[in-house]
Order: sequence, then C-alpha cells, then structure tokens
Amino acid sequence: MKYAIMVYETAADFAKRNDPQQAPAYWGSYAAYSKALSDAGIARGGAGLLPPSSAVTLRLRGEKRTVQDGPFAETKEMLGGMFLIDVPDQETALEWAARCPSATTGSVEVRAELPPIPQS
Amino acid sequence: MSGPDELSRRAVDAANAAELAARDSYGRLLARLVVRTREVEQAEDALSEAFLSALRQWPSEGVPDNPEAWLLHVAKRRLSDSARHRALRTALEPTLVIEEEHQRGVRRAQVDDDRLTMMLLCAHPEIEPAARAPLMLQLVLGLDAARIASAFLTSPATMSQRLVRAKQRIRDSGIQMEEPTESDRDARVQDVLDAIYAAYGTGWDAAIGAESSVGGLRAESIWLARLVCAASPSSAEAHGLLALLLYCESRQRARRDAAGRYVPLDEQDPRAWDRALYLEAELMLAAAAERLTTRLPGRFQLEAAIQSVHTRRAESGTTDWETIVQFYLGLMQVAPSVGAAVGHAAAIASAYGARAGLDALRGIPSELVQSYQPYWAVQAHLLRKTGASDADAARQRAIGLTTDPAVRAFLQASA
Repeated sequence: MKYAIMVYETAADFAKRNDPQQAPAYWGSYAAYSKALSDAGIARGGAGLLPPSSAVTLRLRGEKRTVQDGPFAETKEMLGGMFLIDVPDQETALEWAARCPSATTGSVEVRAELPPIPQS
Repeated sequence: MSGPDELSRRAVDAANAAELAARDSYGRLLARLVVRTREVEQAEDALSEAFLSALRQWPSEGVPDNPEAWLLHVAKRRLSDSARHRALRTALEPTLVIEEEHQRGVRRAQVDDDRLTMMLLCAHPEIEPAARAPLMLQLVLGLDAARIASAFLTSPATMSQRLVRAKQRIRDSGIQMEEPTESDRDARVQDVLDAIYAAYGTGWDAAIGAESSVGGLRAESIWLARLVCAASPSSAEAHGLLALLLYCESRQRARRDAAGRYVPLDEQDPRAWDRALYLEAELMLAAAAERLTTRLPGRFQLEAAIQSVHTRRAESGTTDWETIVQFYLGLMQVAPSVGAAVGHAAAIASAYGARAGLDALRGIPSELVQSYQPYWAVQAHLLRKTGASDADAARQRAIGLTTDPAVRAFLQASA
C-alpha cells in the first residue's frame, strides 16, 4: 500500500534552510532520512518544496478569477514537501513518519493513496 | 539539585502519583466485574455509571464508609439489570451477598484484588499480541484509547477497533476464567510481563548514539510491574522486570545534559542517576535471584543484570564489560532478539576492541537490521574507531532512522 508522508513545517523550520548555522544539520537530516527510506526499499517518490512565500494560489469561480501570491490560507505549519512510500500497513507508515525530522518541530501527516478510479 | 527543572519534575511526579492512586480503585473494581462476567464493555459502562452516581449522591448524602464497596454494589446492579443472560446474574450473586455483609459493618480496607487475573486475561494467547499491552492499560489503569494509541504510535481509530475486538474475544471465545494451572502460570505471567515491557517504550541506551526512550508510558508500566510483583510474589521474572524498569528510570535525567543534548550511557555522570531508584532496582534484582527456580535466569533478570553492572560504575568508576558480554550471551540463549545481538556486539567491542565488535555485528542477518537504528549507530561508532571509510554511510543510516532529535543532533556532530 502506498502512503504519502506529508511534511508540515513551521516558519522556524523553513528559516533553517538558509541559516548558515542551521542549514547543514537541516539538510543533512533530510538527506539521511531520504536515504534511509531508499535503503529500506520503500521509497516511491516525493518532492521537497520551496517555502510557502514562493507559492501562487489560483481560484476560478465562473467569471471571477483570483490569483494571489502566497498560499491559500495562513496557518502555523505549511507543507514543506512529501515522501511517497510503499509499506504493508498504516502502522508501518506511522513508524517511518516518526523518523521524519520535522515530526518533532512541525507535524507529519500520513495518508493512504487513493485506489484506482473505477473505469466506467 | 532543586532548580526549576527539578521542581517541575517533582510536580509532574506528584500529579502522576495522584492520577495512579485514583486509577488504582478503578482497575480493582473493574477486575472484580470482568473476571466474574467476561462482559468487558458492559462492565466498563456499569462502572462509569457508578462513578457518575457517586458524583451526584456523595456530596449531599455523604461519602459511604466503604466507597469502593458502594461503587462495586451500584455497578453490579447496573450490570445485572442489563445482563444479556441470566447466567450473568448467577455469576454475580455470591459476591453481592458478601458485599451486603460489608455494608452491614464488616469494613474492609479494599475490595479483593483480581487485577492479576484480569491481566492474565488481557495477555491470553487468544488475544492478539499487539492488543495485550493496550488492553491492560485500558482495563487496569482506565487510560483512554487516544492516549494509548499515541503511546504506541498508532491511529486512535485503529487502536479503538483493536481494543473492541479484544474485548469481544474475551466474551465470546470461551477463554477460560479459571486460574491457569501451575505449569501454565509462569508462561502466562511472562506474557503479562512482555506486554508491560512493551508499554514502557524502547529504552535502548546501551550503545553510543542509539535511540533513547521516547514516548511510552513509563510511570504506568512501572506501576503495573509493581502490581504483578505484589500479586505474584514468587515470580522471579516479575521482580526482574521491575528491576529492569527501575534501572532505566534511574537514568532518565542523565540522558540529557543541561542544554538538552543527548548523553550516551558511557558518558553519563553517575551522580545524575537517581540513587533511590537504582538502589530499589538492586533490591528487586536480589529478590528475583532468591525466587529463581529454573536453571537459567529469565530474560528480564538478565537484562536487569546488565543494567546492574552499568550501575556499579557509580561506586567503582569502571564498567565490567566482560561480565556484560556473558549476560548478553545468556540473554541470546533464553530470548534471542536483534536487540540482544546488537547489545552483545557493542559489549564485545568495549571489552575486546572495535574489530571484535564489528565481527559480532557481521554475524547478525542483514534483513533483521535494515531499519533497526541501534545496529547502525553501533556500526558507525565502531567503524569510525577503526578508521574505516564506510563509517559515514552507517552514521547517515543511523541519523535517518532515529526518532529522537537529540540523538540525531549527537550523531550529526560525531563525524
């Protein structure tokens, strides 16, 4: 079963990416986590994302179009990236989510992949 | 030490103690109902209603002479009102009579303790192993499913389903209510102890850079271990488990320095260990040895013995690694596990050198250690000592597998 491990980071986490003091540990911990997923043979993809400030959000409602800089809503934790893994069950997925570096500072959401859309 | 950290720790300890005392009554009363009826869910409901009645009635009518007997009486009435079978009423009747005698003035300090029998039910071979510790925590201590789920890193919905299934199994599967036979009893108590150990959490700090105890229900587990020792005073392994948990607990504060950094066991200052706790652990280990009837000590006594050797550094200033190696050999014989094998290799390295330790690590089948963090932490440490070029790959693996931010930072700094 495929699960997405979605990583929600705080503003302080995002700031670590460019802080000369903290960047090596931040990137190092994610490199090691990512490597551990592939060494275990469960990595199926994923992506790190630029910070939410770089986002552009778009909504089309009939005639009305809204394009705004930044994410849809301001919350304390923002999506920073995701990993797609293939493991037998949700509990194993949670074990791997607990190893994600941001689990102790932001939060990590685990969701199963949608089954194939039925062909009509 | 009496800084603000120490004070807040004491406040937490006091709150825990109060909470556990309240749960003491709950578990005792529920055990009384469950052991006689097997109707776990109905017994839980009846007992909650009895507690609610007490909250309504006691403030105006006064607290009864024997509050526990009062609660039990009300709960039993509720339970037999809603009984699915007449048999249930029959099962309850003898104790109802006894209780009425109590109400008439035969005051007793406490309701008889059926909690060990209930724990034996929770850890029964018919109950799936992953449900045993959660079931015990819920029935004996009254913890809610959400808190138990978090401690076991499981979703609350999954945990609730697991608990419901286990309770139905107790009701429907014909699990024998009778006390297990003498020969069966040790094995059944061992299942109870295994579940308690699982609830304590992964307390793996015997190797440099390996994960330390996170999460888990430490105070609750120690409390349950004490309960089993009291209810099964002749069990050597129960005393061994209690000793083991107390040793681990005695080092809890020493695992972090003042700045919150991880401190491996070897580098911990023994003065930061809780002396009262490890002295109690020593007493429990001695009590276990007095009760030993088998040729070899059991798993928990051996693990406690290893911790005892570590603790002796508080007096002698050194660690007797050769003795630790011997205890690990015994442990691998009575209870083989990847944890024991890695601990053995780490001890060999400390006693006989990094190369010998690496040889022992190589003997562990690779499919067992793929995601086992302590293996990679030990391997990284030993490879670095021998100057091997692949030390960094092992270190990265250990970093990627840890859940503990302090261990992660420690490993990142140990390049």
